[in-house]
Amino acid sequence: MTSYHLDHLQHLETEAIHIMREVAGEFERPALLFSGGKDSICLLRLAEKAFRPSDIPMPLLNVDTGHHFPELNDFRDRRAKQLGARLIVRTVEDAIAKGIAQPSPGEISRNRLQIPTLLAAIEEFRFDCCIGGARRDEEKARAKERFFSFRDSFGQWDPKNQRPEIWNIYNGRLNPGENMRVFPLSNWTEMDVWQYIRRERLEVPSIYFSHTRKCVRRGGQWLPANHLVPPKPTEQVRDVVVRVRTIGDIISTGCVESPATSIDDIIAEIAAARVTERGSRADDKASEAAMEDRKKAGYF
Amino acid sequence: MPPPTLVNVPVDILRFNTCGSVDDGKSTLIGRLLYDSKSLMEDQIEALERSADITGGGQINLADLTDGLRAEREQGITIDVAYRYFATPRRKFIIADTPGHVQYTRNMVTGASTANLSIILVDARTGVIEQSRRHTAIASLLRIPHLVVAVNKMDLVGWSEERFFEIRAQFEEFLPRLDIKDVKFIPLSALNGDNVVDPSPHTPWYSGPTLLGHLETVHIASDWNLQGFRLPVQWVNRPNNPADPALHDFRGFSGQIAGGIVREGQKVLALPAGIVTTVKQIWTYDGMVGEAFCPQSVTLVLEHDIDVSRGSMIIGLEQRPGYSSDLQAEVCWMHTRPLQPGRKYFLKHTTHTVQVVVSELVTKLNMATLETEAGPAELAVNDIGEIRLRTAKPLVFDGYGTNRLTGSFILIEQGTNATVAAGMLRPPREIVKSENGDYVI
Repeated sequence: MTSYHLDHLQHLETEAIHIMREVAGEFERPALLFSGGKDSICLLRLAEKAFRPSDIPMPLLNVDTGHHFPELNDFRDRRAKQLGARLIVRTVEDAIAKGIAQPSPGEISRNRLQIPTLLAAIEEFRFDCCIGGARRDEEKARAKERFFSFRDSFGQWDPKNQRPEIWNIYNGRLNPGENMRVFPLSNWTEMDVWQYIRRERLEVPSIYFSHTRKCVRRGGQWLPANHLVPPKPTEQVRDVVVRVRTIGDIISTGCVESPATSIDDIIAEIAAARVTERGSRADDKASEAAMEDRKKAGYF
Repeated sequence: MPPPTLVNVPVDILRFNTCGSVDDGKSTLIGRLLYDSKSLMEDQIEALERSADITGGGQINLADLTDGLRAEREQGITIDVAYRYFATPRRKFIIADTPGHVQYTRNMVTGASTANLSIILVDARTGVIEQSRRHTAIASLLRIPHLVVAVNKMDLVGWSEERFFEIRAQFEEFLPRLDIKDVKFIPLSALNGDNVVDPSPHTPWYSGPTLLGHLETVHIASDWNLQGFRLPVQWVNRPNNPADPALHDFRGFSGQIAGGIVREGQKVLALPAGIVTTVKQIWTYDGMVGEAFCPQSVTLVLEHDIDVSRGSMIIGLEQRPGYSSDLQAEVCWMHTRPLQPGRKYFLKHTTHTVQVVVSELVTKLNMATLETEAGPAELAVNDIGEIRLRTAKPLVFDGYGTNRLTGSFILIEQGTNATVAAGMLRPPREIVKSENGDYVI
């Protein structure tokens, strides 16, 4: 083996940096979607790698559903400050108040309502491109996604009519009102993300590590006890030693029982895992095509 | 749970694509690879079983793993390229599952353009058909370094050694006309898992590796080009930070090295400026480095303040590229509006987008015979042909056979912005002349 060799993480890294720089080079007003979750933490490090010593040439954008884990929002705000980045937060609460997002009667989940909130933020700031941390290994509909994913002027994804993507030449051309979603981590797996976090010594929100949390058993998984969906009389609230594997809203994120207190522990746990990451997301279990339908409507 | 130190980090990545026609069993093969290499998780298997109850009459359909869109499941076909990932302790694998029936050229080119290896599936009962020839021709055109011919459904021909060698002979009839160096033939049954991950008891006459065994060991270290330094500039890195004296004058050129090796102190030529200067620093987030190589992403700081911007190319003084606005290329046409001479497009090559006019359609490839036909009137969707182009500004380029990254381009339709073609440049007739580079500051 020559010394001119990159291991798999270095390959994924240089591919992602190339994509980030293509965005900076081809778009007028890009934004980077940053939630504070593990994937977008990697995105931020890749942005530093792509653009330092300059500032990251785009603001960070987060759609706050109002149902976020508080630990996540704290981390999000702190990390953005450390990097000297501009963080824009748009809330579903606000979007409902302004009539941009309309909850259906009895609808508690904010999952669907994120979509109009995001699209309104894109319009407000005239973003022509949003970089997101989605990965193709997460979900079957995402496995069909391009690095540069074209959205029409309604924000819609048309999976049957995607632009062919050849070599590393990305077609970022848009007409007014159209939009691009760009996914530099497309080729990364959950394991790659954690190995990268370990290699780069990146800080992650505390809820990824083992902690004691009040949970209710529902639908075969531990959900954090919360006031939004109070436990039914038949359900018991218990203190459980858990961690989250993927972070969604507090009402739909299943916690896994885990003693993992370090990144090394998490990597070992994933290596031995027998269910996928999204297996703990109630929003994806809705139907076989839950993700596809949300993406077509403008989800990232 | 194993101690963390025992969790292996794969040493490299192999990208491969699978192609075949409808019902050759591509998706089943991928499902089998994932299933038998234990890359599937319980909830995925559960989801498979759920869909089996609904649509499959109780039979688990491994193809459901890759057919991610509702329309695909309803119609039982694959519509678009799907990507799948798995890893063994030796390697990480990226699979592009490319559908074979509609839009085959478009999908296969998309899935195969970054591949180290292509798997061509052949149904042992039917043998080589036009699609097999077409897929092999595209793999050859894209210069995919390694090819595997997976002779599938061997169980349905009674594991006949004779049949296997018949199919191999059918391939060997047309392989000499193509540009493929490494071909491996493997008899298997994706449905039952023979010779996919585990060796089959039915093929005592076959002594070669299983499919996964081959994927794990095929030599790919030399697939990147380390000859002739090329850095297409993506982005000019100028910190807007007057307070920091160290950064006040910083002006770096960021990009992914598309060929060769660059060293600090080396002389380089910036094009189209045509000015020779010296590499002062190779800057990365993790610190300055003495040298960097393809495909690393770096930021170069040059000795002199010269005109370099996005779309410029910084090159080494050895192995000079071509520099011309008159180009000849093979293209795969991907749009239902055909290519006709005289039409204008945008051409994106590395980080450079220029206007281009198609000056001539030279030949078209006949897929049935793999012979070229001169002077076609147009190239229709899924056609492959050779064309001449005139660009509004000259391109700095290499032949595709020399460098996949600086020898490739896409054509974009003006107005709709649709990506309509993938192009592979012929070797340059003229290279960058030395007088272009004699102007040293």
